[in-house]
Amino acid sequence: MEYMLLIYGNEKQMQGRSQADNEAMHAAYVAYGEALRKAGVYVGGNRLKPAEMATVVRAANGKTQVLNGPYAETKEQLGGYFMIEVPDLDAAISWASRCPGASHGTMEVRPIWNM
Amino acid sequence: MSDESARLAAEAVARRSYGKLVAFLAARTRDVAGAEDALSEAFAAALADWPAGGIPRTPEAWLLTVARRKLIDAARRRSTAEQATADLLLAAEPTETDSAVEFEIPDDRLRLMFACAHPAIDAGVRAPLILQTILGFDAAAIASAFLLSPTTMGQRLVRAKNRIRLAGIPFRVPEMEDLRERLDAVLEAIYAAYAEGWSDPAGTAARRHNLSDEGIWLGRLVASLLPDEPEALGLLALMLHAEARRDARRDAAGDYVPLDGQDPAAWNGALIDEAETLLLRASRLGAIGRFQLEAAVQSAHAARRLTGRTDWAAIERLYDALLEITESPVVAINRAIARAETRGPAEGLAALDTLVADARLLDYQPYWAARAALLARAGRGADAAQAYRRAVGLESDPAVRRFLQRRLAELPV
Repeated sequence: MEYMLLIYGNEKQMQGRSQADNEAMHAAYVAYGEALRKAGVYVGGNRLKPAEMATVVRAANGKTQVLNGPYAETKEQLGGYFMIEVPDLDAAISWASRCPGASHGTMEVRPIWNM
Repeated sequence: MSDESARLAAEAVARRSYGKLVAFLAARTRDVAGAEDALSEAFAAALADWPAGGIPRTPEAWLLTVARRKLIDAARRRSTAEQATADLLLAAEPTETDSAVEFEIPDDRLRLMFACAHPAIDAGVRAPLILQTILGFDAAAIASAFLLSPTTMGQRLVRAKNRIRLAGIPFRVPEMEDLRERLDAVLEAIYAAYAEGWSDPAGTAARRHNLSDEGIWLGRLVASLLPDEPEALGLLALMLHAEARRDARRDAAGDYVPLDGQDPAAWNGALIDEAETLLLRASRLGAIGRFQLEAAVQSAHAARRLTGRTDWAAIERLYDALLEITESPVVAINRAIARAETRGPAEGLAALDTLVADARLLDYQPYWAARAALLARAGRGADAAQAYRRAVGLESDPAVRRFLQRRLAELPV
């Protein structure tokens, strides 16, 4: 099954981190992505720019409405994701728990709806 | 063969093998609801066919074959590619069961229980889910036992089954590192089922009484499938100890008899002996846990049958250990009661006083009853009366209410 591992974290806290901490975190993500690839479960993944760069778009009644800012103001923001292909939820949970995001924020594991 | 004997034969097979057949089918498709539907169609087909054709030599295999055909039919009717693939995989499995060849259906019930008690399943629905899938209880029966409306219970069960299928919850006995933790959830669910049944001491609600039988049955099943897991043995020992005293909780007039007032001769000696053997086996496996400790407390109480006295010092030590593992306020109350026995009511009250910050206890009858009894023993009659009145107000069982009211009336003025 395919799962999306969504990484939520507090952006404000992350912005306050030292350069050294940032580099260590980056290296941890690189190593994690490498581990996913080596295990043959990696499907995709990306880091997202901060939520303040987000734009919300709705098209109701033929009129497009554009708003600046994220969809919802939350304490932790979606900061990135990985897509993986594994046999079941336990395998997905085990990968999610190893993601650096699990130790500095919250991981959400969502099965992909295969059309 | 008559319709009646066909019905009885189908029912007998249903009772014996329902969970096994559901587990076998669901473990291969992850579709619990689909497996249940296919099986109920297979049972209906049995009722239609068996009166004319006779009961097949291997009724379980017959039912499984029909249920698998129903599953494949259902998959063809559905358009979702995902489910169809799973069901066709099942169909492709080389387990031809409709021949005369003896076919031993693998026992996947433990795997099914681990799926039902998976941490991704809401803790409150794990026990109901196990009761439904392993034992075939309908939602209405489970709802009445867990004091919920059938609609609410039905919805929760449906949601949980969808979750198993769509979130990809595996049907697997976890690996070593996860086994203990996951097994706790399975054991807790079984204990919840047992406790629901045990809380009907008068035995007036047949369904709830039935639940404690089923809890013990599930406990036996898990203990037999995981004979080297000390906590599985501990849980079974705990349930058997409690069961041994079930009838002694009421006197001939239907009045409540507290544990210290029970005549050990009224306890079921055979169940106690079995519990003791299990607990000994568990302790030799060298990994202590919550259920073993709770069973050991019951074992210490049961020892009064032989020694004529209760070893409160041992019970206090066991509650100390339990409190460290569980941090449960209920355990803390029991420890305070034990402490009052070993060191006097003032010490027991002091231990209870440390718990008042826990808001959950304000509505908990045993807390007030324990407090009242210790206050009475400490000679604080007015405070005791107040605590007894509080306990009476919180109790729902009329027999226990009468008991508390009697204690209240007996207080020296």
